Amino acid sequence: MKKIITLVLTLVLTLSLAACGSDSNSNTDNSDNNDSAAVTGTVSTDGSTSMEKVIGALGESFMAANEGVEFTYNPTGSGAGITAAQEGRCDIGLSSRALKDEEKAGGLKETVLAYDGIAIIVNPENPVNDLTLDQIAKLYTGEITNWKDVGGNDAEVVLIGREAASGTRDGFESITGTKDKCQYRQELTSTGDVITAVSQNPDAIGYASLASIKDSVKALNVDGVTPSEATVKDGSYKVQRPFVLVTVEGKELTPVAQKFFDYITSPDAAAIIAKAGAVAAN
Amino acid sequence: MRTKRAMEDAIHGLFLLLGLVTVGCVLLITVYLIISGIPAIREIGLVDFLFGPEWDSAAAEPKFGILPFILTSVYGTAGAILLGVPIGFMTAVFLAKAAPPKMKAVVSSAVSLLAGIPSVVYGLVGMLVLVPGIRKIFHIPDGSGLLAAIIVLAIMILPSIINVSMTALEAVPREYEDASLALGATATETWFRVSVPAARSGIAAAVVLGVGRAIGEAMAVMMVSGNVPNMPALFQSVRFLTTAVASEMGYAGAGLRRQALFSIALVLFLFIMLINAALNFFLKRSKEK
Repeated sequence: MKKIITLVLTLVLTLSLAACGSDSNSNTDNSDNNDSAAVTGTVSTDGSTSMEKVIGALGESFMAANEGVEFTYNPTGSGAGITAAQEGRCDIGLSSRALKDEEKAGGLKETVLAYDGIAIIVNPENPVNDLTLDQIAKLYTGEITNWKDVGGNDAEVVLIGREAASGTRDGFESITGTKDKCQYRQELTSTGDVITAVSQNPDAIGYASLASIKDSVKALNVDGVTPSEATVKDGSYKVQRPFVLVTVEGKELTPVAQKFFDYITSPDAAAIIAKAGAVAAN
Repeated sequence: MRTKRAMEDAIHGLFLLLGLVTVGCVLLITVYLIISGIPAIREIGLVDFLFGPEWDSAAAEPKFGILPFILTSVYGTAGAILLGVPIGFMTAVFLAKAAPPKMKAVVSSAVSLLAGIPSVVYGLVGMLVLVPGIRKIFHIPDGSGLLAAIIVLAIMILPSIINVSMTALEAVPREYEDASLALGATATETWFRVSVPAARSGIAAAVVLGVGRAIGEAMAVMMVSGNVPNMPALFQSVRFLTTAVASEMGYAGAGLRRQALFSIALVLFLFIMLINAALNFFLKRSKEK
Protein backbone atom coordinates (compact mmCIF):
# COMPACT_ATOMS: atom_id res chain seq x y z
CA MET A 1 0.00 0.00 0.00
CA LYS A 2 2.70 2.44 1.02
CA LYS A 3 4.63 1.59 -2.13
CA ILE A 4 1.58 2.38 -4.22
CA ILE A 5 1.15 5.75 -2.53
CA THR A 6 4.79 6.55 -3.20
CA LEU A 7 4.52 5.54 -6.81
CA VAL A 8 1.45 7.67 -7.30
CA LEU A 9 3.14 10.61 -5.61
CA THR A 10 6.23 10.33 -7.76
CA LEU A 11 4.12 10.14 -10.88
CA VAL A 12 2.09 13.19 -9.87
CA LEU A 13 5.27 15.13 -9.24
CA THR A 14 6.81 14.20 -12.58
CA LEU A 15 3.62 14.92 -14.46
CA SER A 16 3.16 18.32 -12.86
CA LEU A 17 6.76 19.17 -13.73
CA ALA A 18 6.24 18.06 -17.31
CA ALA A 19 3.04 20.07 -17.52
CA CYS A 20 4.84 23.19 -16.33
CA GLY A 21 7.46 22.67 -19.01
CA SER A 22 5.10 22.37 -21.94
CA ASP A 23 2.95 25.23 -20.69
CA SER A 24 5.75 27.75 -20.73
CA ASN A 25 6.86 26.53 -24.16
CA SER A 26 3.55 27.01 -25.87
CA ASN A 27 3.10 30.40 -24.26
CA THR A 28 6.31 31.79 -25.66
CA ASP A 29 5.85 30.33 -29.11
CA ASN A 30 2.22 31.28 -29.45
CA SER A 31 2.99 34.94 -29.27
CA ASP A 32 4.85 35.12 -32.59
CA ASN A 33 2.51 33.12 -34.80
CA ASN A 34 -1.24 33.18 -34.39
CA ASP A 35 -2.47 34.71 -37.61
CA SER A 36 -3.87 31.64 -39.32
CA ALA A 37 -7.27 30.06 -39.47
CA ALA A 38 -7.45 27.06 -37.22
CA VAL A 39 -6.69 23.70 -38.79
CA THR A 40 -6.66 20.52 -36.84
CA GLY A 41 -5.48 17.03 -37.56
CA THR A 42 -2.28 15.08 -37.81
CA VAL A 43 0.79 15.60 -39.97
CA SER A 44 2.77 12.42 -40.28
CA THR A 45 6.34 12.34 -41.53
CA ASP A 46 8.47 9.29 -42.07
CA GLY A 47 12.07 8.75 -43.15
CA SER A 48 15.65 9.91 -42.74
CA THR A 49 17.11 9.64 -39.27
CA SER A 50 19.65 12.37 -40.08
CA MET A 51 16.81 14.84 -40.46
CA GLU A 52 15.56 14.13 -36.97
CA LYS A 53 16.91 17.36 -35.50
CA VAL A 54 15.68 19.62 -38.30
CA ILE A 55 12.25 18.11 -38.74
CA GLY A 56 11.81 17.69 -34.99
CA ALA A 57 12.50 21.37 -34.34
CA LEU A 58 10.16 22.40 -37.16
CA GLY A 59 7.44 20.05 -35.96
CA GLU A 60 7.68 21.35 -32.43
CA SER A 61 7.39 24.98 -33.40
CA PHE A 62 4.52 24.12 -35.78
CA MET A 63 2.63 22.34 -33.03
CA ALA A 64 3.29 25.18 -30.61
CA ALA A 65 1.90 27.71 -33.08
CA ASN A 66 -1.18 25.70 -34.04
CA GLU A 67 -3.31 24.30 -31.31
CA GLY A 68 -4.97 20.97 -31.94
CA VAL A 69 -2.38 19.88 -34.47
CA GLU A 70 -0.45 16.68 -33.97
CA PHE A 71 2.94 16.19 -35.59
CA THR A 72 4.51 12.75 -35.84
CA TYR A 73 7.91 11.67 -37.11
CA ASN A 74 8.89 8.09 -37.70
CA PRO A 75 12.69 7.66 -37.95
CA THR A 76 12.97 4.77 -40.42
CA GLY A 77 15.67 5.90 -42.84
CA SER A 78 15.54 7.64 -46.21
CA GLY A 79 14.64 4.57 -48.28
CA ALA A 80 11.78 3.58 -46.01
CA GLY A 81 10.54 7.18 -45.92
CA ILE A 82 10.39 7.40 -49.70
CA THR A 83 8.48 4.12 -49.87
CA ALA A 84 6.09 5.28 -47.16
CA ALA A 85 5.36 8.48 -49.10
CA GLN A 86 4.72 6.50 -52.27
CA GLU A 87 2.38 4.08 -50.54
CA GLY A 88 0.55 6.90 -48.81
CA ARG A 89 1.43 5.71 -45.33
CA CYS A 90 2.59 9.18 -44.36
CA ASP A 91 1.85 12.75 -45.45
CA ILE A 92 5.43 13.75 -46.19
CA GLY A 93 8.41 11.45 -46.73
CA LEU A 94 11.85 12.56 -45.60
CA SER A 95 15.02 11.72 -47.46
CA SER A 96 18.58 12.85 -46.87
CA ARG A 97 19.54 12.16 -50.49
CA ALA A 98 18.16 13.44 -53.77
CA LEU A 99 15.53 11.22 -55.39
CA LYS A 100 16.78 8.87 -58.09
CA ASP A 101 15.39 9.26 -61.62
CA GLU A 102 13.37 6.08 -61.41
CA GLU A 103 11.82 7.26 -58.16
CA LYS A 104 10.79 10.50 -59.83
CA ALA A 105 9.46 8.53 -62.77
CA GLY A 106 7.35 6.59 -60.28
CA GLY A 107 5.38 9.75 -59.55
CA LEU A 108 7.29 11.22 -56.63
CA LYS A 109 8.12 14.87 -56.24
CA GLU A 110 11.10 16.22 -54.32
CA THR A 111 11.28 19.57 -52.57
CA VAL A 112 14.62 20.48 -51.05
CA LEU A 113 14.04 21.70 -47.52
CA ALA A 114 17.64 22.37 -46.54
CA TYR A 115 21.26 21.42 -47.16
CA ASP A 116 23.46 19.70 -44.68
CA GLY A 117 26.94 21.15 -45.18
CA ILE A 118 29.82 19.43 -43.40
CA ALA A 119 33.13 21.21 -43.03
CA ILE A 120 36.39 19.26 -42.93
CA ILE A 121 38.48 20.89 -40.23
CA VAL A 122 42.17 20.82 -39.29
CA ASN A 123 44.37 22.66 -36.82
CA PRO A 124 45.32 26.18 -38.00
CA GLU A 125 49.01 25.14 -37.78
CA ASN A 126 48.48 22.47 -40.42
CA PRO A 127 49.89 23.68 -43.79
CA VAL A 128 47.34 21.67 -45.78
CA ASN A 129 44.57 23.87 -47.20
CA ASP A 130 42.97 21.76 -49.83
CA LEU A 131 42.00 18.11 -50.12
CA THR A 132 40.04 16.17 -52.69
CA LEU A 133 37.04 14.10 -51.69
CA ASP A 134 39.04 11.00 -52.59
CA GLN A 135 41.94 12.05 -50.34
CA ILE A 136 39.53 12.62 -47.45
CA ALA A 137 38.06 9.17 -47.91
CA LYS A 138 41.55 7.63 -48.02
CA LEU A 139 42.58 9.49 -44.87
CA TYR A 140 39.55 8.29 -42.95
CA THR A 141 39.77 4.68 -44.07
CA GLY A 142 43.43 4.56 -43.06
CA GLU A 143 44.85 4.23 -46.59
CA ILE A 144 46.80 7.45 -46.05
CA THR A 145 48.20 7.71 -42.53
CA ASN A 146 50.77 10.47 -42.87
CA TRP A 147 50.14 14.14 -43.66
CA LYS A 148 53.14 14.28 -46.01
CA ASP A 149 51.24 12.13 -48.52
CA VAL A 150 48.75 14.96 -49.01
CA GLY A 151 51.28 17.79 -48.95
CA GLY A 152 51.57 18.39 -45.24
CA ASN A 153 54.16 17.82 -42.49
CA ASP A 154 55.72 14.44 -41.80
CA ALA A 155 53.31 13.48 -39.02
CA GLU A 156 50.76 10.79 -38.37
CA VAL A 157 47.16 11.76 -39.10
CA VAL A 158 44.85 11.75 -36.10
CA LEU A 159 41.28 11.02 -37.18
CA ILE A 160 38.59 12.61 -35.09
CA GLY A 161 34.93 11.87 -35.65
CA ARG A 162 31.56 11.61 -34.01
CA GLU A 163 29.87 8.77 -32.17
CA ALA A 164 28.17 6.05 -34.19
CA ALA A 165 24.66 7.43 -33.88
CA SER A 166 25.49 10.97 -34.98
CA GLY A 167 23.71 12.43 -38.00
CA THR A 168 26.83 14.37 -38.95
CA ARG A 169 28.86 11.16 -38.97
CA ASP A 170 26.22 9.45 -41.05
CA GLY A 171 26.28 12.37 -43.48
CA PHE A 172 30.06 12.52 -43.71
CA GLU A 173 30.48 8.79 -44.17
CA SER A 174 27.77 8.49 -46.79
CA ILE A 175 29.12 11.43 -48.82
CA THR A 176 32.72 10.19 -48.72
CA GLY A 177 31.69 6.56 -49.14
CA THR A 178 33.43 5.44 -45.97
CA LYS A 179 30.49 3.93 -44.13
CA ASP A 180 31.64 1.54 -41.35
CA LYS A 181 35.23 1.78 -42.62
CA CYS A 182 36.54 4.79 -40.70
CA GLN A 183 39.50 4.17 -38.39
CA TYR A 184 38.76 6.81 -35.78
CA ARG A 185 41.25 7.73 -33.09
CA GLN A 186 38.60 9.64 -31.16
CA GLU A 187 34.82 9.46 -31.30
CA LEU A 188 33.47 12.53 -29.57
CA THR A 189 29.87 13.23 -28.68
CA SER A 190 29.41 16.82 -29.74
CA THR A 191 30.42 19.25 -32.44
CA GLY A 192 32.04 21.45 -29.81
CA ASP A 193 34.21 18.60 -28.55
CA VAL A 194 35.39 17.82 -32.10
CA ILE A 195 36.35 21.45 -32.67
CA THR A 196 38.18 21.64 -29.33
CA ALA A 197 40.05 18.39 -29.94
CA VAL A 198 41.14 19.50 -33.43
CA SER A 199 42.20 22.92 -32.15
CA GLN A 200 44.42 21.21 -29.55
CA ASN A 201 46.23 18.80 -31.87
CA PRO A 202 48.26 20.03 -34.89
CA ASP A 203 47.93 16.66 -36.66
CA ALA A 204 44.20 16.15 -36.19
CA ILE A 205 41.47 16.21 -38.80
CA GLY A 206 37.78 16.27 -38.01
CA TYR A 207 34.39 17.11 -39.42
CA ALA A 208 31.64 19.30 -38.08
CA SER A 209 28.47 20.93 -39.20
CA LEU A 210 29.32 24.02 -41.24
CA ALA A 211 27.17 26.32 -39.11
CA SER A 212 29.24 25.73 -35.99
CA ILE A 213 32.81 26.26 -37.24
CA LYS A 214 34.91 28.65 -35.17
CA ASP A 215 38.20 30.47 -35.74
CA SER A 216 40.13 28.01 -33.58
CA VAL A 217 40.12 25.53 -36.46
CA LYS A 218 40.68 25.77 -40.20
CA ALA A 219 38.00 24.57 -42.61
CA LEU A 220 39.61 22.91 -45.64
CA ASN A 221 38.71 23.56 -49.24
CA VAL A 222 37.37 20.40 -50.82
CA ASP A 223 38.27 19.95 -54.50
CA GLY A 224 39.28 23.61 -54.44
CA VAL A 225 35.96 24.96 -53.21
CA THR A 226 35.78 26.93 -49.96
CA PRO A 227 32.89 25.81 -47.75
CA SER A 228 30.33 28.51 -47.14
CA GLU A 229 26.59 28.92 -47.13
CA ALA A 230 26.72 30.08 -50.75
CA THR A 231 28.86 27.22 -52.08
CA VAL A 232 26.68 24.72 -50.20
CA LYS A 233 23.54 26.20 -51.71
CA ASP A 234 24.80 26.24 -55.30
CA GLY A 235 26.16 22.72 -54.92
CA SER A 236 29.81 23.44 -55.74
CA TYR A 237 30.96 22.40 -52.25
CA LYS A 238 30.87 18.62 -52.33
CA VAL A 239 30.64 17.54 -48.71
CA GLN A 240 26.96 18.19 -48.41
CA ARG A 241 23.65 16.51 -49.00
CA PRO A 242 20.12 17.76 -49.46
CA PHE A 243 17.34 17.22 -46.96
CA VAL A 244 14.41 16.40 -49.21
CA LEU A 245 10.66 16.43 -48.62
CA VAL A 246 9.05 13.66 -50.67
CA THR A 247 5.45 13.97 -51.83
CA VAL A 248 3.39 12.28 -54.52
CA GLU A 249 3.08 14.26 -57.76
CA GLY A 250 -0.46 15.52 -58.34
CA LYS A 251 -1.86 14.20 -55.07
CA GLU A 252 -3.20 16.87 -52.78
CA LEU A 253 -1.96 17.01 -49.21
CA THR A 254 -4.44 17.23 -46.36
CA PRO A 255 -5.04 20.88 -45.34
CA VAL A 256 -2.98 20.53 -42.20
CA ALA A 257 -0.11 18.77 -44.00
CA GLN A 258 -0.19 21.48 -46.71
CA LYS A 259 0.02 24.12 -44.01
CA PHE A 260 2.98 22.37 -42.44
CA PHE A 261 4.65 22.02 -45.84
CA ASP A 262 4.16 25.73 -46.57
CA TYR A 263 5.40 26.67 -43.13
CA ILE A 264 8.65 24.70 -43.25
CA THR A 265 9.52 25.81 -46.79
CA SER A 266 8.84 29.46 -45.99
CA PRO A 267 11.69 31.86 -45.15
CA ASP A 268 10.28 32.06 -41.60
CA ALA A 269 11.50 28.56 -40.90
CA ALA A 270 15.07 29.32 -42.00
CA ALA A 271 16.16 30.38 -38.53
CA ILE A 272 14.87 27.17 -36.99
CA ILE A 273 16.60 25.12 -39.68
CA ALA A 274 19.85 27.01 -39.12
CA LYS A 275 19.58 26.40 -35.39
CA ALA A 276 19.26 22.69 -36.07
CA GLY A 277 22.55 22.85 -38.00
CA ALA A 278 21.51 22.95 -41.66
CA VAL A 279 21.37 25.59 -44.40
CA ALA A 280 17.79 26.41 -45.37
CA ALA A 281 17.06 26.15 -49.09
CA ASN A 282 14.53 28.98 -49.05
CA MET B 1 -3.41 17.32 24.53
CA ARG B 2 -5.32 15.71 21.72
CA THR B 3 -4.34 18.35 19.17
CA LYS B 4 -0.76 17.95 20.20
CA ARG B 5 -1.03 14.24 19.60
CA ALA B 6 -2.63 14.77 16.20
CA MET B 7 0.11 17.20 15.23
CA GLU B 8 2.73 14.70 16.29
CA ASP B 9 1.10 11.99 14.18
CA ALA B 10 0.81 14.29 11.17
CA ILE B 11 4.47 15.21 11.27
CA HIS B 12 5.41 11.61 11.79
CA GLY B 13 3.38 10.71 8.71
CA LEU B 14 4.99 13.46 6.67
CA PHE B 15 8.49 12.25 7.48
CA LEU B 16 7.49 8.71 6.66
CA LEU B 17 6.12 9.84 3.33
CA LEU B 18 9.28 11.78 2.46
CA GLY B 19 11.40 8.80 3.40
CA LEU B 20 9.28 6.59 1.23
CA VAL B 21 9.78 8.89 -1.78
CA THR B 22 13.51 8.13 -1.66
CA VAL B 23 12.95 4.42 -1.33
CA GLY B 24 10.37 4.60 -4.09
CA CYS B 25 12.85 6.27 -6.45
CA VAL B 26 15.46 3.60 -5.85
CA LEU B 27 12.90 0.85 -6.38
CA LEU B 28 11.55 2.52 -9.50
CA ILE B 29 15.01 2.84 -11.04
CA THR B 30 16.00 -0.70 -10.14
CA VAL B 31 12.82 -2.24 -11.51
CA TYR B 32 12.94 -0.10 -14.64
CA LEU B 33 16.58 -0.96 -15.34
CA ILE B 34 15.99 -4.67 -14.91
CA ILE B 35 12.85 -4.67 -17.05
CA SER B 36 14.42 -2.68 -19.86
CA GLY B 37 17.86 -4.27 -19.60
CA ILE B 38 16.87 -7.93 -19.79
CA PRO B 39 15.32 -8.12 -23.32
CA ALA B 40 18.49 -7.15 -25.18
CA ILE B 41 20.64 -9.52 -23.14
CA ARG B 42 18.18 -12.26 -23.92
CA GLU B 43 18.24 -11.47 -27.63
CA ILE B 44 22.01 -11.12 -27.91
CA GLY B 45 22.81 -13.89 -25.45
CA LEU B 46 24.42 -13.30 -22.06
CA VAL B 47 27.81 -14.73 -23.02
CA ASP B 48 27.94 -12.93 -26.38
CA PHE B 49 26.93 -9.71 -24.69
CA LEU B 50 29.34 -9.81 -21.74
CA PHE B 51 32.29 -11.41 -23.50
CA GLY B 52 31.82 -10.27 -27.10
CA PRO B 53 35.03 -8.45 -28.08
CA GLU B 54 33.42 -6.08 -30.58
CA TRP B 55 30.88 -3.28 -30.32
CA ASP B 56 29.49 -1.70 -33.46
CA SER B 57 25.88 -0.79 -32.91
CA ALA B 58 25.42 1.33 -36.03
CA ALA B 59 26.80 -1.10 -38.60
CA ALA B 60 24.63 -2.95 -41.10
CA GLU B 61 25.30 -6.09 -39.06
CA PRO B 62 25.47 -4.67 -35.57
CA LYS B 63 27.76 -6.25 -32.99
CA PHE B 64 26.92 -5.91 -29.33
CA GLY B 65 29.88 -7.15 -27.31
CA ILE B 66 30.69 -5.13 -24.22
CA LEU B 67 33.89 -6.85 -23.10
CA PRO B 68 36.00 -3.82 -24.18
CA PHE B 69 33.83 -1.54 -22.03
CA ILE B 70 33.96 -3.82 -18.99
CA LEU B 71 37.74 -4.22 -19.24
CA THR B 72 38.23 -0.50 -19.79
CA SER B 73 36.12 0.34 -16.75
CA VAL B 74 38.01 -2.19 -14.63
CA TYR B 75 41.47 -1.12 -15.88
CA GLY B 76 40.65 2.57 -15.65
CA THR B 77 39.34 2.24 -12.11
CA ALA B 78 42.28 0.08 -11.05
CA GLY B 79 44.70 2.60 -12.54
CA ALA B 80 43.00 5.49 -10.79
CA ILE B 81 43.13 3.61 -7.47
CA LEU B 82 46.79 2.75 -8.03
CA LEU B 83 47.63 6.41 -8.58
CA GLY B 84 45.11 8.03 -6.27
CA VAL B 85 45.23 5.85 -3.16
CA PRO B 86 48.91 6.35 -2.23
CA ILE B 87 48.60 10.11 -2.71
CA GLY B 88 45.28 10.34 -0.89
CA PHE B 89 46.35 8.03 1.90
CA MET B 90 49.58 9.90 2.58
CA THR B 91 47.75 13.21 2.50
CA ALA B 92 45.25 11.86 5.02
CA VAL B 93 48.02 10.67 7.37
CA PHE B 94 49.71 14.02 7.04
CA LEU B 95 46.53 15.98 7.72
CA ALA B 96 45.33 13.81 10.58
CA LYS B 97 48.64 13.45 12.40
CA ALA B 98 51.51 15.61 11.23
CA ALA B 99 50.19 18.89 9.86
CA PRO B 100 50.31 22.06 11.97
CA PRO B 101 46.76 23.45 12.50
CA LYS B 102 47.07 26.35 10.04
CA MET B 103 48.47 24.14 7.31
CA LYS B 104 45.75 21.61 7.99
CA ALA B 105 43.04 24.24 7.58
CA VAL B 106 44.45 25.36 4.22
CA VAL B 107 44.95 21.86 2.81
CA SER B 108 41.56 20.64 4.09
CA SER B 109 39.70 23.47 2.42
CA ALA B 110 41.65 22.85 -0.79
CA VAL B 111 40.55 19.22 -0.66
CA SER B 112 36.92 20.20 -0.12
CA LEU B 113 37.16 22.57 -3.04
CA LEU B 114 38.50 19.75 -5.20
CA ALA B 115 35.42 17.73 -4.28
CA GLY B 116 33.14 20.56 -5.33
CA ILE B 117 34.51 21.05 -8.87
CA PRO B 118 31.96 19.78 -11.43
CA SER B 119 33.17 16.82 -13.46
CA VAL B 120 32.74 18.61 -16.78
CA VAL B 121 35.40 21.08 -15.60
CA TYR B 122 37.80 18.20 -14.95
CA GLY B 123 37.02 16.99 -18.45
CA LEU B 124 37.60 20.37 -20.02
CA VAL B 125 40.90 20.94 -18.24
CA GLY B 126 41.92 17.39 -19.16
CA MET B 127 41.06 18.04 -22.78
CA LEU B 128 42.91 21.35 -22.98
CA VAL B 129 45.95 20.61 -20.79
CA LEU B 130 46.36 16.91 -20.07
CA VAL B 131 45.67 15.44 -23.52
CA PRO B 132 48.07 17.77 -25.40
CA GLY B 133 50.57 17.28 -22.54
CA ILE B 134 50.52 13.49 -22.86
CA ARG B 135 50.89 13.83 -26.62
CA LYS B 136 54.03 15.93 -26.25
CA ILE B 137 55.63 14.01 -23.37
CA PHE B 138 55.24 10.57 -24.90
CA HIS B 139 55.62 11.69 -28.55
CA ILE B 140 52.47 9.96 -29.71
CA PRO B 141 50.10 11.32 -32.37
CA ASP B 142 47.21 11.81 -29.94
CA GLY B 143 47.14 12.04 -26.17
CA SER B 144 43.56 11.05 -25.48
CA GLY B 145 43.07 7.55 -24.16
CA LEU B 146 43.16 5.33 -21.11
CA LEU B 147 46.13 7.08 -19.47
CA ALA B 148 44.48 10.50 -19.64
CA ALA B 149 41.29 9.05 -18.18
CA ILE B 150 43.19 7.34 -15.36
CA ILE B 151 44.92 10.57 -14.38
CA VAL B 152 41.67 12.54 -14.39
CA LEU B 153 39.91 9.83 -12.36
CA ALA B 154 42.79 9.64 -9.87
CA ILE B 155 42.46 13.34 -9.16
CA MET B 156 38.67 13.10 -8.94
CA ILE B 157 38.71 10.34 -6.31
CA LEU B 158 41.29 12.11 -4.10
CA PRO B 159 38.76 14.07 -1.99
CA SER B 160 36.68 11.01 -1.06
CA ILE B 161 39.78 9.01 -0.16
CA ILE B 162 41.36 11.82 1.84
CA ASN B 163 38.22 12.78 3.76
CA VAL B 164 37.12 9.27 4.70
CA SER B 165 40.58 8.02 5.70
CA MET B 166 41.26 11.22 7.63
CA THR B 167 38.08 10.72 9.66
CA ALA B 168 39.09 7.14 10.37
CA LEU B 169 42.60 8.15 11.43
CA GLU B 170 41.32 10.90 13.69
CA ALA B 171 38.99 8.45 15.40
CA VAL B 172 41.93 6.30 16.60
CA PRO B 173 41.98 6.61 20.43
CA ARG B 174 44.67 8.94 21.69
CA GLU B 175 45.81 6.34 24.25
CA TYR B 176 47.01 3.94 21.55
CA GLU B 177 49.41 6.51 20.21
CA ASP B 178 50.50 7.70 23.65
CA ALA B 179 51.31 4.14 24.63
CA SER B 180 53.35 3.63 21.49
CA LEU B 181 55.25 6.86 22.02
CA ALA B 182 55.86 6.00 25.67
CA LEU B 183 57.40 2.71 24.61
CA GLY B 184 59.99 4.67 22.65
CA ALA B 185 58.59 4.50 19.11
CA THR B 186 59.14 7.56 16.95
CA ALA B 187 56.19 9.60 15.70
CA THR B 188 56.43 8.10 12.20
CA GLU B 189 56.58 4.57 13.57
CA THR B 190 53.52 5.30 15.68
CA TRP B 191 51.47 6.58 12.70
CA PHE B 192 52.23 3.68 10.45
CA ARG B 193 52.46 0.84 13.00
CA VAL B 194 49.67 1.90 15.36
CA SER B 195 47.30 4.54 13.96
CA VAL B 196 46.99 3.19 10.41
CA PRO B 197 46.39 -0.45 11.43
CA ALA B 198 43.81 0.72 13.95
CA ALA B 199 42.01 2.71 11.23
CA ARG B 200 42.34 0.14 8.46
CA SER B 201 38.62 -0.63 8.07
CA GLY B 202 37.91 3.06 7.55
CA ILE B 203 40.76 3.34 5.07
CA ALA B 204 39.46 0.31 3.20
CA ALA B 205 36.06 1.99 3.07
CA ALA B 206 37.75 5.08 1.61
CA VAL B 207 39.30 3.00 -1.16
CA VAL B 208 35.99 1.32 -1.97
CA LEU B 209 34.28 4.71 -2.07
CA GLY B 210 36.99 5.84 -4.49
CA VAL B 211 36.33 2.80 -6.67
CA GLY B 212 32.63 3.63 -6.73
CA ARG B 213 33.28 7.21 -7.73
CA ALA B 214 35.74 6.22 -10.45
CA ILE B 215 33.61 3.52 -12.04
CA GLY B 216 30.52 5.73 -12.16
CA GLU B 217 32.12 8.83 -13.65
CA ALA B 218 31.07 9.59 -17.22
CA MET B 219 31.41 13.21 -18.27
CA ALA B 220 35.07 13.90 -17.50
CA VAL B 221 36.12 10.53 -18.86
CA MET B 222 34.17 10.95 -22.05
CA MET B 223 36.07 14.13 -22.86
CA VAL B 224 39.58 12.70 -22.49
CA SER B 225 39.38 8.99 -23.31
CA GLY B 226 38.86 9.22 -27.07
CA ASN B 227 35.68 7.16 -26.83
CA VAL B 228 36.39 4.51 -29.49
CA PRO B 229 35.30 0.98 -28.49
CA ASN B 230 38.80 -0.56 -28.58
CA MET B 231 40.26 -3.13 -26.24
CA PRO B 232 42.01 -1.15 -23.53
CA ALA B 233 45.71 -0.25 -23.73
CA LEU B 234 47.47 2.64 -22.03
CA PHE B 235 47.63 4.95 -25.03
CA GLN B 236 44.67 3.47 -26.85
CA SER B 237 41.45 5.37 -27.37
CA VAL B 238 38.91 3.60 -25.15
CA ARG B 239 35.27 3.66 -24.08
CA PHE B 240 34.01 3.04 -20.53
CA LEU B 241 30.70 1.43 -19.49
CA THR B 242 29.37 4.83 -18.49
CA THR B 243 30.43 6.60 -21.65
CA ALA B 244 29.10 3.77 -23.81
CA VAL B 245 25.64 4.56 -22.51
CA ALA B 246 26.04 8.32 -22.52
CA SER B 247 27.50 8.65 -26.00
CA GLU B 248 24.80 6.74 -27.87
CA MET B 249 21.71 7.34 -25.78
CA GLY B 250 20.75 10.62 -27.41
CA TYR B 251 20.11 9.15 -30.81
CA ALA B 252 19.56 5.48 -30.28
CA GLY B 253 15.91 5.55 -31.33
CA ALA B 254 14.05 2.35 -30.70
CA GLY B 255 14.84 -1.33 -31.00
CA LEU B 256 17.70 -3.54 -30.00
CA ARG B 257 20.25 -0.77 -30.05
CA ARG B 258 18.51 1.23 -27.37
CA GLN B 259 17.74 -1.86 -25.33
CA ALA B 260 21.41 -2.83 -25.43
CA LEU B 261 22.30 0.50 -23.85
CA PHE B 262 19.93 -0.28 -21.00
CA SER B 263 21.64 -3.63 -20.64
CA ILE B 264 25.01 -1.87 -20.33
CA ALA B 265 23.47 0.36 -17.68
CA LEU B 266 22.23 -2.74 -15.89
CA VAL B 267 25.75 -4.22 -15.88
CA LEU B 268 27.11 -0.95 -14.52
CA PHE B 269 24.35 -0.90 -11.90
CA LEU B 270 25.31 -4.38 -10.75
CA PHE B 271 28.96 -3.32 -10.49
CA ILE B 272 27.99 -0.38 -8.31
CA MET B 273 25.67 -2.49 -6.14
CA LEU B 274 28.59 -4.81 -5.55
CA ILE B 275 30.82 -1.92 -4.59
CA ASN B 276 28.17 -0.53 -2.25
CA ALA B 277 27.82 -3.89 -0.57
CA ALA B 278 31.58 -3.95 -0.04
CA LEU B 279 31.48 -0.42 1.33
CA ASN B 280 28.73 -1.31 3.81
CA PHE B 281 30.71 -4.35 4.88
CA PHE B 282 33.83 -2.30 5.65
CA LEU B 283 31.95 0.49 7.36
CA LYS B 284 30.10 -1.98 9.55
CA ARG B 285 33.37 -3.61 10.55
CA SER B 286 34.95 -0.31 11.43
CA LYS B 287 31.95 0.56 13.61
CA GLU B 288 32.05 -2.74 15.44
CA LYS B 289 35.61 -2.14 16.54
